[in-house]
Amino acid sequence: MHDLAPLCALGGAEPHTDQVAGVTLTENPGHGLASVAARLGQETACADHLGTLLGSDAPGVGAWVRSDPMSAFWMGPDQWMVSAPFATHEDLAAQLIQRFGTSASITEQTDAWVWFDMQGDGVEQVMQLCANIDIEKMPVGAAARSVIHYMGVYVLRSAPDALSILGGRSSAGSLHHALLTAMKSAL
Amino acid sequence: MIINHPLLGPRDSSEFVYLGDACLINRPDWQADDALDQFIEYGHTRDNPAGLHRELWYHEQGDRSWLVVTRNTVTHEITQVELARDVARAEGRSK
Amino acid sequence: MSQKNRLDGGLIDRSETWSFRFDSQYYKGHKGDTLASALLANGVRLMGRSFKYHRPRGPMTAGSEEPNAIVELREGARKEPNTRATTIELYDGLRANSQNRWPSLAFDAMEVNDLLSNFFAAGFYYKTFMWPAAFWEKVYEPIIRRAAGLGSLSLQDDPDGYDKGFLHCDLLIIGGGPAGLAAALTAGESGARVILCDEDFLIGGRLNLETYEVGGMTGAAWAAGTVARLQAMPNVRVMPRTTVIGAFDHGIYGAVERVSDHLAVPEDGKPRQILWRITSKRALLCAGATERPIVFENNDRPGIMQTSAIRAYTNRWATTPAQQVAIFTNNDDGHRTASDLVAKGVEVVSVIDTRADAPTSSDYDVIARGVIDQTWGRLGLSQIEVKMPKGGIRRIKCGALGVSGGWNPNVHLTCHQGGRPVWNEALAAFVPSGTLPPGMTVAGAANGVFSTHGALQSGADGAKAILADLGIKASAPALPEAEDTPVRITPFWHVKTAKRAWVDQQNDVTAKDIKLAHQENYVSVEHLKRYTTLGMATDQGKTSNIAGLAIMAEVAGKAIPDVGTTMFRPPYTPTAMGVFAGRAWGMEVRPTRLTPSHKWAEEQGAVFTEAGLWLRAQWYPKPGETHWRQSCDREVMQTRKSVGICDVTSLGKIDVQGADAAAFLNKVYCNGMAKLPVGKVRYGLMLREDGIVMDDGTAARLAEDHFVVTTTTAKAVQVYRHLEFVRQCLCPRMDVQLISTTDAWAQFSVAGPNSRKLLEKIVDDGVDLSNDAFPFMACAEITICGGLRARLFRISFSGELAYEIAVPTRYGDALVRRLMQAGEEFDVVPYGLEALNVMRIEKGHVTGNELNGTTTALNLGMGRMVSKAKDSIGSKLSERPGLTEPDALKLVGLKPVNPDHKVPAGAHLMTKGDKVTASNDQGYVTSACYSPNLGCHIALGFLKSGDTRIGETIRLVSPLTGVDHEVEVVSPHFFDPEGERLRA
Repeated sequence: MHDLAPLCALGGAEPHTDQVAGVTLTENPGHGLASVAARLGQETACADHLGTLLGSDAPGVGAWVRSDPMSAFWMGPDQWMVSAPFATHEDLAAQLIQRFGTSASITEQTDAWVWFDMQGDGVEQVMQLCANIDIEKMPVGAAARSVIHYMGVYVLRSAPDALSILGGRSSAGSLHHALLTAMKSAL
Repeated sequence: MIINHPLLGPRDSSEFVYLGDACLINRPDWQADDALDQFIEYGHTRDNPAGLHRELWYHEQGDRSWLVVTRNTVTHEITQVELARDVARAEGRSK
Repeated sequence: MSQKNRLDGGLIDRSETWSFRFDSQYYKGHKGDTLASALLANGVRLMGRSFKYHRPRGPMTAGSEEPNAIVELREGARKEPNTRATTIELYDGLRANSQNRWPSLAFDAMEVNDLLSNFFAAGFYYKTFMWPAAFWEKVYEPIIRRAAGLGSLSLQDDPDGYDKGFLHCDLLIIGGGPAGLAAALTAGESGARVILCDEDFLIGGRLNLETYEVGGMTGAAWAAGTVARLQAMPNVRVMPRTTVIGAFDHGIYGAVERVSDHLAVPEDGKPRQILWRITSKRALLCAGATERPIVFENNDRPGIMQTSAIRAYTNRWATTPAQQVAIFTNNDDGHRTASDLVAKGVEVVSVIDTRADAPTSSDYDVIARGVIDQTWGRLGLSQIEVKMPKGGIRRIKCGALGVSGGWNPNVHLTCHQGGRPVWNEALAAFVPSGTLPPGMTVAGAANGVFSTHGALQSGADGAKAILADLGIKASAPALPEAEDTPVRITPFWHVKTAKRAWVDQQNDVTAKDIKLAHQENYVSVEHLKRYTTLGMATDQGKTSNIAGLAIMAEVAGKAIPDVGTTMFRPPYTPTAMGVFAGRAWGMEVRPTRLTPSHKWAEEQGAVFTEAGLWLRAQWYPKPGETHWRQSCDREVMQTRKSVGICDVTSLGKIDVQGADAAAFLNKVYCNGMAKLPVGKVRYGLMLREDGIVMDDGTAARLAEDHFVVTTTTAKAVQVYRHLEFVRQCLCPRMDVQLISTTDAWAQFSVAGPNSRKLLEKIVDDGVDLSNDAFPFMACAEITICGGLRARLFRISFSGELAYEIAVPTRYGDALVRRLMQAGEEFDVVPYGLEALNVMRIEKGHVTGNELNGTTTALNLGMGRMVSKAKDSIGSKLSERPGLTEPDALKLVGLKPVNPDHKVPAGAHLMTKGDKVTASNDQGYVTSACYSPNLGCHIALGFLKSGDTRIGETIRLVSPLTGVDHEVEVVSPHFFDPEGERLRA
């Protein structure tokens, strides 16, 4: 076991949490991430492998399938982001390469992203000040790529009152500022 | 503007990056006898229609698809949106 | 001062009495007042001075179309100039000042402009201040700027926040008058997603301003009840204080919500305003109509206003501009005001009606076929002179005059995409045409339906038709009974004998100016507008355009529709700049990207600089170092002597995988990549299709079907976009997959003769870093520090024995600390961008300064890298004749002949003896630095035929900065030209 101590994306040893009115915003470093892109001609085989992992069909356009321990959301044509608990799946990409063989290109994405969880009454009003997605019509289990203050993000809907927002890790501070400012403004 | 993405449905144009005429898909054969002339034409000559225009848009803040959007340059009405990859394949592009 | 003109009733809350200040005087008003209504209640009619002639002015309207009563609201950093008193919601402690006057509103020294009015007619500036040209900046402009204008800026940062937001709906209803409310009820009850916006803080439009009943109750009560019903519907969003400012493509509307403007200071964390981008499937414009004036002599005195405005002040705000009021009208609307005033106990001294068939009244005196000939009262109306139908003049004392020239539908938003309204003869007004923005329909007064019943019906019908179109079933709600009076109007635009008769009161344009413009052959209405500035003020001529057109039509002998209209553009009403910026200002103007070592670098006292969106360490000052050069020189020398560490995470990283990954890279790099062995890295040059260099970087082959490509920091996004273009559009049957991994890996350069020894201390057992096992340009996936996965590349930008090591980003902070700790015995230094730049210039390595969007591989001395044996993007057009001239620019090194001289970037190169002219230009300097290793300044630059001119002494000039000295042309490889150090 190596002896290098990790930092969270916002720079702390422990994840950062904020609360405004009834909404909490929490940095969540607990997800291992890897992208899965089907090789040419292997689209069906790749989707089948992914479906087996998830115990259901591979997520369709704009969908997020949550399962245990792996979950996945649609990123683009024949491309998905798979997540699993970091504590047990830090080597997620290596594990997936074993599972998918030559049916997919797998790339480690764990630290490419900062993952924020936002939960509480009013998350829709907050998101209306952030991103041009029709959040009122976004069902639980949907995934949308969008832009918050010039930063590309994925917005995942985990519950009627809960969202997850993934943004580029290097701009985690700016994204956190944008989300927190919107929370103070909307709530 | 709203672009009706063939996979994702209506999306705001601010998520996209514009490139230009969809004729850019038709890249010439580098081994043709008049390859240089063809590339000069390909690189620099464009129609400028007042009306329907097939153009390339990239869904950069979305699914990273390149799209061929048919847009009326006078009214901004968008009449067709296709995945550029499908268009390119249909036009015989390969490797 | 008491509220001497306050009446009974109204929609104000008398239980809340607030104090406010206008100029130096304190007044009292009530909750529900506007600044204008409160001032009128206090007997104040004079609220401003006009733009050009400094004429005393008061409110002409009771709404957002106001041209005259514009003030500076608030003080200090929150001061906002040119704010309409008619829309400012009163709050306790409000402070406002009149503007464009000196020393005071009542005595304004610049009023002298009015006496000189003959000199200030249309085109005056164009004709007068032509020459001498030198006088313009120093003499004319300062004088004009002082004399003319509106309010002044605070010149301080705006302390308030502004948000941008995004809403989506089936139906956007613009305006909450009778048509809008009926539409919202219809659509709301059908279950459709509805947004109802109204610019007022009290929704209801004219229902709140009139006395007639709606469904057996007052219009205001019906409106309030309806709003309450709508607010209870979860599918309806009711947005008061929200102005829809623009109609954009495909159903997108811009709307400004004034969240906090009715408060002295926004609540903590709350925005002052929000700019909403509303994406609608359909929109129904119910923006109402605006009453237009009649133009007559001295028609701009405080107290002269729209009849509808007087009625609004009387009924809604329980105030009258004066105790004696006259009316001047060409239609029945003026009589409605007279009746309402009488009912409130205000004396109506006379109704002057231009029509022969004017109605009569037992409550007030009516003069049929009369016109106003002249008015009196320097700071406020005191008397009018009426030209009687049978000749003669009648003088009537009054403090206010209501004027009605008829009503104009508010068609503005229907024109935002090029639509032109059409003339309706019966209404004597322009109404929306068939060429509306797609998805928009119009109802109520905005569509020329002026009665309350008609507005209600047309709103409900409009909504029903839209819902049917959207496939939503709707039944019309039971509409309340309401008045259905027909429009009776006989057009009358202006009193022909009038000279100083104001058409556009905000820009001080008179009827005479319009006649003059015609006389000077400004035939097109768009030319008239620009020559006279008619309709070009902040109100966009809402009250003035049609009268202007009518006068122009008359002098040109044309019909009004033949003159045409000018174009209305967004925003509908003046909009604060701050709301367009939103949160994007100061450091938040764009995202900031931090490197993984940022926290550690801050602890070291690093100085940071912006590189694209990134903050990167520029240098690391040590105690005693007072100048950046000292730090930079030390970092360079110590790296070259022992070892240095630099965070290079910001370089773009793209994962390229697939069976065709090698073939794909062979297509996008001009040099060969197909045969790169696994475990090796190669430098690559990417061209644009036109043959110009796009970017450079490295490609590392981790497996047969797996590459990691790097880009420059600045070009990471464009290169990724380009690669996706090639993948999807040009090579759609290649098996290749791309994803960015820039943020996923923390990457550090470890450079210098001791870099190997340092790294050997942290790599795990079994990782052999010897030159044989891991030579220059090798790469491998390894583990370090007891099992952490890492990537190691033996590449060198500094020219030293060097490596780049990458670990998952969360461990980057720990890794830099570990490297520094392990390097203590070698006196390791961290180095910043300055040292990195010095070392790469010493080596002749190019960067963005050289890859500047105009240069080719040939220019960079890399012409032979462009493979002729394969097809790659840009290779063919790089052969264009213009890019391959014999005297093409070539990259060279430059050293000053006098070692004390600098060789500044941007300076140009001239052959000795040539005159310094652009045509003699031989090239330019791109990158410059002081080289501590060479002990002098050095530079890279492009020189015509530079590769054949090594050794030549050449003249360096920069006329702007006074540089003019000699430099020697040398090889760009200043330091270790054979590259022995990096292969060590």
